[in-house]
Amino acid sequence: MTDETITIEVDGCSLEAKAGQMLIEVTDAAGISVPRFCYHKHLSIAANCRMCLVEVEKAPKPLPACATPVADGMKVFTRSPLARAAQKGTMEFLLINHPLDCPICDQGGECELQDVAVGYGGDVSRYTEAKRVVRDEDIGPLIATDMTRCIHCTRCVRFGGEIAGLRELGATGRGEHMRIGVFVEQALNSELSGNVIDLCPVGALTSKPFRFAARSWELIQQDGIAPHDGVGSNVRLHVRRNEVMRVVPKENDAVNQTWISDRDRFSYQGLQTDDRLEVPMLRENGRLREADWDEALQAAARILLDTPEGNLGTLVSPSATLEELFLAGKLTRALGSDSIDHRLRQQDFRGDVADPAMPWLGRRFADIENNEATLIVGSWLRKDQPLLNLRVRQSVLNGGVAMAINPADLDFNYDLDVDVVCKPSEMVQELAGVAAALGASTEGIAVTPDEAHKTAARLLQQAGKGMVLLGSAALMHPDYALLRRLAANIARAAGIEWGSTGFGANDTGAWLAGAVPHRRADGSAGQGKDAKSMLDGPSETLLLLGCEPDADFADPQRTAGALGSAKVIALSSYRSDALLAAADVVLPVATFAETSGTLVNLQGDVQSFVAAITPPGEARPAWKVLRVLGNLVDADGFEHNSSTEVRDELLQLRGQIQPDNTLGESAECPQGFLPAGLQRIGGIPMYGLDAITRRAAALQATPDAWDGTLRLNAATAAGHSIEPGGRVRLVQDGLSVELPVSVDERVPDDCVWLPAAVQESAGLGCSFASVSVEKA
Amino acid sequence: MSLRIEPMQRVQKAENKDELLTPEIRADIDAWIAKYPEEWKQSACMAALSIVQDANGGSLTTALMDQVADYLDMPPIAVYEVATFYSMYEHKPVGRHKICLCTNVSCMINGSDDIYEHLRTRLGIGFGEVTTDGRFSLKEVECLGACGGAPMMQIGHNYYENLTLTLVDQILDGLE
Ligand code: SF4
Ligand code: FES
Ligand code: FES
Repeated sequence: MTDETITIEVDGCSLEAKAGQMLIEVTDAAGISVPRFCYHKHLSIAANCRMCLVEVEKAPKPLPACATPVADGMKVFTRSPLARAAQKGTMEFLLINHPLDCPICDQGGECELQDVAVGYGGDVSRYTEAKRVVRDEDIGPLIATDMTRCIHCTRCVRFGGEIAGLRELGATGRGEHMRIGVFVEQALNSELSGNVIDLCPVGALTSKPFRFAARSWELIQQDGIAPHDGVGSNVRLHVRRNEVMRVVPKENDAVNQTWISDRDRFSYQGLQTDDRLEVPMLRENGRLREADWDEALQAAARILLDTPEGNLGTLVSPSATLEELFLAGKLTRALGSDSIDHRLRQQDFRGDVADPAMPWLGRRFADIENNEATLIVGSWLRKDQPLLNLRVRQSVLNGGVAMAINPADLDFNYDLDVDVVCKPSEMVQELAGVAAALGASTEGIAVTPDEAHKTAARLLQQAGKGMVLLGSAALMHPDYALLRRLAANIARAAGIEWGSTGFGANDTGAWLAGAVPHRRADGSAGQGKDAKSMLDGPSETLLLLGCEPDADFADPQRTAGALGSAKVIALSSYRSDALLAAADVVLPVATFAETSGTLVNLQGDVQSFVAAITPPGEARPAWKVLRVLGNLVDADGFEHNSSTEVRDELLQLRGQIQPDNTLGESAECPQGFLPAGLQRIGGIPMYGLDAITRRAAALQATPDAWDGTLRLNAATAAGHSIEPGGRVRLVQDGLSVELPVSVDERVPDDCVWLPAAVQESAGLGCSFASVSVEKA
Repeated sequence: MSLRIEPMQRVQKAENKDELLTPEIRADIDAWIAKYPEEWKQSACMAALSIVQDANGGSLTTALMDQVADYLDMPPIAVYEVATFYSMYEHKPVGRHKICLCTNVSCMINGSDDIYEHLRTRLGIGFGEVTTDGRFSLKEVECLGACGGAPMMQIGHNYYENLTLTLVDQILDGLE
């Protein structure tokens, strides 16, 4: 395509276009409707449905608008008798083999085929012969198939190859025997697979959890922001009778384009579970009992007021809303403590003094597509951050390179020019090697760069635009502070950016809201304890917001211990056993769908949303609960009438939002994690991320959910005389769990892989640690 | 986006290429790969499938197609697509002699129905079936581009045209 502007005429109106643009792009931009099925602006052009035929002057026959480049002076007729005849003819052929089972089809009412048939179809079918029938394949727990309805537009096939980077669906057979499917029955493995539900113009691919649950015209659509990762995908919640029935993407080119991850699409299943908290609870004589709000709030306020100054610790979910985080910080500080933290999974806080003003991704999502080099450190980006991964993949398709340093041999859907797989402890040396090859400081790590380091250094150096991206495994690493300094050194030496992906939906917002011990909402310095020190104690009172003690913390055992010896006030949406065992006051609060609020994504976009449904039972939005607690402890500045007022107060306090990753000065952080023997690789499984996701049944049934085994490679298993398929006892710091073993060659030598945030590891300590195994 | 012409290489490439198929088959496929630009290995897909099918007694299996996919760095589904699109690939075992009888317009007008009836009686099998001794299988095909000699059939790599019932018998008698 060139930038040359030309003029064409469509249905008598003259339109401006760029030479080489496809006709349909020009008509779409001008709001002239041309029917289509196979065309999609983010997919390649297949031109196989022929629905978009239009008449073009001097062309002997109708041409497909989606595959006809415009030329200067072109005269197009989209509704001429010739065009109409062509469109109607195509429609008639498409309907010949279609089952016309709209009354029992989930797509009915929102079906492109239905819509177009209204305009271009005949009233009565002239076809009386037998119709074909296609067998359905089971392609996993997320997508239902009714392949007889398929019109072979191949959007789903192209999506797999071009966007998801994983060609799983295909068109096998030909002519009447052509069918779309996986051929060898298997569940789709893509973390973006749900998007084919939106892409499919008919009811061939529909949502399995939503199957036969509601009709589209019964649903009320409410805009929302996906609460599971720092992308903050724009979504629409579809609600019926106060129940979220499904979630679909809302287009926003700067954030999620037209896609969302399966996590964002299907997590709503976790909203309606048996273990939602619906009434406040209170511990009396050692037992929790149900209480009314008044009692419970009074009790909570009493605990807070009785806590000696500086002895309150507040632990908040990194996915809590900006308003919740701000009010939680305000309350904590009003009670004389700076101890509030959202970095629950982090274990190394040595770098806090050097923390940047407002950590963020380092580059805007769209800019990542122009990265000439990207170095991923400690992340299975595909599964951790599906939509960021999409941008990185795009950068590779655009000619950039991607590299990774990871504690396991994870598969990416693009080629990695440098792919370092090492033990968790060696991530430091590997990153230092790249720094050394760039001539940057290695932070005192003695290392001679090897070939991989030199290649990585050269590629980063050559790149005009690029970044070092620290993922969740780096953030959870026992030497995170060191990894971060190395990343910053590398970025500086190569003249590129660096940043990190965060843990939740609102990491950047948490810094803005002052949900860290050393930085208050007004930007001034604080003196509180970080998440780890709070749990190391002694903290007399702990206030929890939206987090589960056994799954949301770096060290579940330390957490359990600390909660056991402190007074605990928990604002939670779910009643997990670990939470109920520890809490003295339990206050039921709303989830993302039930409250208004704001999330700030990793590129600093402040995105507000309103509640789509009301919370169950007596649960209340957390910001309101915090406001009342503020009033009950007689603190100033808790007079807000709406979450918008809370947000505006904060934004006014902060003035201009300036994401900034500049590290300050700090003392050197020597390498602290030097385990001998086996190392445990932790990390968060894709669907173990937060309380809601962990409860989404369909997601837990996908191949991406953890299978409950301890993974190690064959050599390590043999070295420790462990039989694959057998059971072992994993010992970590004197604690142990018993687990079945499976062999997984992605795991480096002398390592075992047992993720955090799963039941199996709740009885242990931190994710990355020195461990031993013995036969059970 | 625009029209897109680029190879669909997969990211996770097989590492055990020297264990796939047999050395002879690999050599044959390599000769085809060499005809195309380096990144266009997938262009050798049809040839590779034919080679593999011939070596396997005339039909393909999913396991064999997977090996072709691994060898050519293609997603398996892309190989299945090719292998199910073209009629010369078989997905069920065939007889030693695969008789492909054209029943398309020209052949039909010139009596392919009679030829079919004759073959059916003589061999005791219909389209898509194999004789119990494994000697013959029968397949209905569309126009093979030999309309001038209709009715016609293909056995192995040979075309037999202007068929009559006697001629069919002679041809079959001549095959072991
Ligand atoms: S399943 Fe849907 S998206 Fe895929 S080819 Fe068929 S109609 Fe198109
Ligand atoms: S939209 Fe143009 S051919 Fe399908
Ligand atoms: S119709 Fe039989 S060869 Fe053409």
